[in-house]
Amino acid sequence: MALSIEDIKKVAHLARIEVTDSDAAATLSKLTGILGLIEQMQAVDTSGIEPMSHSQDLNQRLREDVVTKINLRDEFQKNAPILGNGSTLPAVGDGLYLVPKVIE
Amino acid sequence: MEWEVVIGLETHTQLKTNTKIFSGASIKYGAEPNTQACEVSIALPGVLPVLNKEAVHCAIKFGLAINAHIAPRSVFARKNYFYPDLPKGYQISQFELPVVGKGAVTIQVPAVGKNAAYEKVVNITRAHLEEDAGKSVHGAVDDMSGIDLNRAGTPLLEIVTEPDMRSAAEAVAYAKKLHELVQWIGICDGNMQEGSFRCDVNVSVRQKGTEKLGTRREIKNLNSFKFMQQAIEYETRWQIETLEDGGTIQQATVLFNPDTGETRSMRSKEEANDYRYFPDPDLLPLVISEADKAAVKATMPELPEAMKARFEAHYALSAYDASALTTSRELAGYFVATADAGADAKQSANWIMGALAAKLNAADIGISESPINAQQLAQLLKRISDNTISNNAAKQVFEALWNAEGDVDGIIATKGLKQESDSGAIEAIIDEVLAANPAMVEEFKAGKEKAFNALVGQAMKASKGKANPAQVNELLKKKLS
Repeated sequence: MALSIEDIKKVAHLARIEVTDSDAAATLSKLTGILGLIEQMQAVDTSGIEPMSHSQDLNQRLREDVVTKINLRDEFQKNAPILGNGSTLPAVGDGLYLVPKVIE
Repeated sequence: MEWEVVIGLETHTQLKTNTKIFSGASIKYGAEPNTQACEVSIALPGVLPVLNKEAVHCAIKFGLAINAHIAPRSVFARKNYFYPDLPKGYQISQFELPVVGKGAVTIQVPAVGKNAAYEKVVNITRAHLEEDAGKSVHGAVDDMSGIDLNRAGTPLLEIVTEPDMRSAAEAVAYAKKLHELVQWIGICDGNMQEGSFRCDVNVSVRQKGTEKLGTRREIKNLNSFKFMQQAIEYETRWQIETLEDGGTIQQATVLFNPDTGETRSMRSKEEANDYRYFPDPDLLPLVISEADKAAVKATMPELPEAMKARFEAHYALSAYDASALTTSRELAGYFVATADAGADAKQSANWIMGALAAKLNAADIGISESPINAQQLAQLLKRISDNTISNNAAKQVFEALWNAEGDVDGIIATKGLKQESDSGAIEAIIDEVLAANPAMVEEFKAGKEKAFNALVGQAMKASKGKANPAQVNELLKKKLS
């Protein structure tokens, strides 16, 4: 499968990664190499083999439905990103984490 | 040109657990912002999700209730997108291997205008477990959006139908049925105001008789049945008009505005739905054995369909009555308690869905808060069937019971509502009435049936409404023959 520079830019945008044109060209050749590897693997006959969804052959353990977490909001909010605009305080207010205005 | 609307629903039901799906933080509604947002909810580096057993049991219950295939092995996947209320940058959901597979829900579509009521089967494509996102709060702080992550990680079961519905009425009937069912089996509190039951509705139109589906638009986050009805009707009209005017429909997500009654496009879906799902390496496959299913099944109540059949067979109720009485476990329980306390089953059904339902609706309370309990209603109905009181008097007793004025027999005595069943006394009244109304007697003898009813009326009036009407009829007939 052949990738284009546009594919690289689209994937980078979806992942919110900034790529320059030269980065994009380098990434294109690396990703093309990885896809080549996958193509090789796809040539292996896997009929009759159950698809794997995890590298460990174990089942998910379940947790009892009991409240174990206590309120640590004040501790957590000390680590919130800095507000900016000259302030060095964490971006919190009224118990909320503050982010640049989001409008739908 | 005749158009046909095609509708499918995706419903997010919030599961009735104590804690989040992947952490031991409480999900109690209404807490102060971020006081229930633990390190997993806010996605601090290094935290790991651990699956809640109760959330899995809820999914199994739903699968059993709709006769679905329950996957012996299902897989959690990451759905990747960026939004401030999703701190991980992905939502843990299920994609290729959901916990619940194909099933079906039978709905009753009510009569509308000259169209009769009918039953229909809506096929369920799948139901999968996932976590809810947090909430954005606008306007609390200037020029910033506030994020409350209390809701982040709340367990949801997303229930997806096939595009099986063909009208707003069918879609609403399905949503109501599903709403009743998830509460019946105890997996969701059904509180739509608090967002415990939210519907996304996919709507498309096509020319009647064609197979190919039209381009759909998705109406997001409907949290009332009334709005759902309005939104679908508006959206259907809009799509038909757009196509008839030579336009095309673009796939989009739309919001319904209850103030204007209109739907409006929120964002085009082309890029937004590139979620790049992949299996979440933090979670192992969820394995559900036959023994797990059997253990969950043993904790489940009798299902509404089975109870409906039992009501028809055991209490000789009509399908309509049995269906109406099995919309909630509380209602069904009230009916059983009334009938089993010795009241006639059909009468019980009539009074519960008639007078009692009207009172409860007017007071905006549920049947479990009814001031009249099942034993009192049964006692009242027994006093009708043993001829102690007439139907009219029963209505007065019912009012008094509602206002907590005492017990049935006490109210009948205080208000003097006992009907006269002594034939001697009734005969005396009839003799008086016949003597006072010779003209009516002549009319009756001349063949006027109406005159007979007039005489019954006079006799009832003379007894101040207390005479047993059946007895008055019978004795009057005898006297006049």
